[in-house]
Amino acid sequence: MKFFAFIVVLFTGALLIYGTIDMPDWGDPNSPPNRHVSPRYLEEAVEKTATPNVVTAVLADYRGYDTLGETAVIFTAGVVCIILLRRPK
Amino acid sequence: MKERYPDVTIETICRLLIPPIQLFALYVIAHGHYSPGGGFQGGCILGASFIMMFIAFDIGEVKRRMREKLNTILCATGVLIYAGIGVICLILGANYLDYGILDRILPVYTAKARALGSLGIEIGVGIAVTSVMISIFLNIATAGEHEGAPE
Repeated sequence: MKFFAFIVVLFTGALLIYGTIDMPDWGDPNSPPNRHVSPRYLEEAVEKTATPNVVTAVLADYRGYDTLGETAVIFTAGVVCIILLRRPK
Repeated sequence: MKERYPDVTIETICRLLIPPIQLFALYVIAHGHYSPGGGFQGGCILGASFIMMFIAFDIGEVKRRMREKLNTILCATGVLIYAGIGVICLILGANYLDYGILDRILPVYTAKARALGSLGIEIGVGIAVTSVMISIFLNIATAGEHEGAPE
């Protein structure tokens, strides 16, 4: 049974490595993520959001909805910690 | 609960270090538009200063400065500020979290209104992360008992 599991792990690993062959090269300027919206963000961020730090511009402005979700995740973690652990006397 | 062993070196160093750490945390939050930083990072530093206070002193010291009720309310307030700014944009007639429309109520041009809107949400994130860090650490470190705390 352990041998069978080992075969499955090897097969899955080989499949994953095969999958990485199709990935674009590291830093390839013509890869899809670098051609889609990134150039627009880099060109327009300072002008349109008055924020010199592009990371903050993307995080807080272009992807604001995503960051709202992240904050909600942190809030949920805190509330769950209180609910599960806190035992007032 | 174990007795606390007062150590004058640790207490003095922490007393000296905690104010600059908190000031730096506020700087990281406020300066997130111009340098690496933002609400998550600044909130973590601010929460870490309270954790340092907990380690150097005891839980009573932390809870005297940040009461548990206030801390729990601040957890929700941070998310509320974030979502509230989105709702203000919605009320003014733009999309949710589209800060450009805030130039109707702020005396600045559109791009600056976007920067101020994202500063507002960074402050909300900072408040939420700070109080969640403190709450999680206190609850896990004392297994939810908060032993040795006053009240």
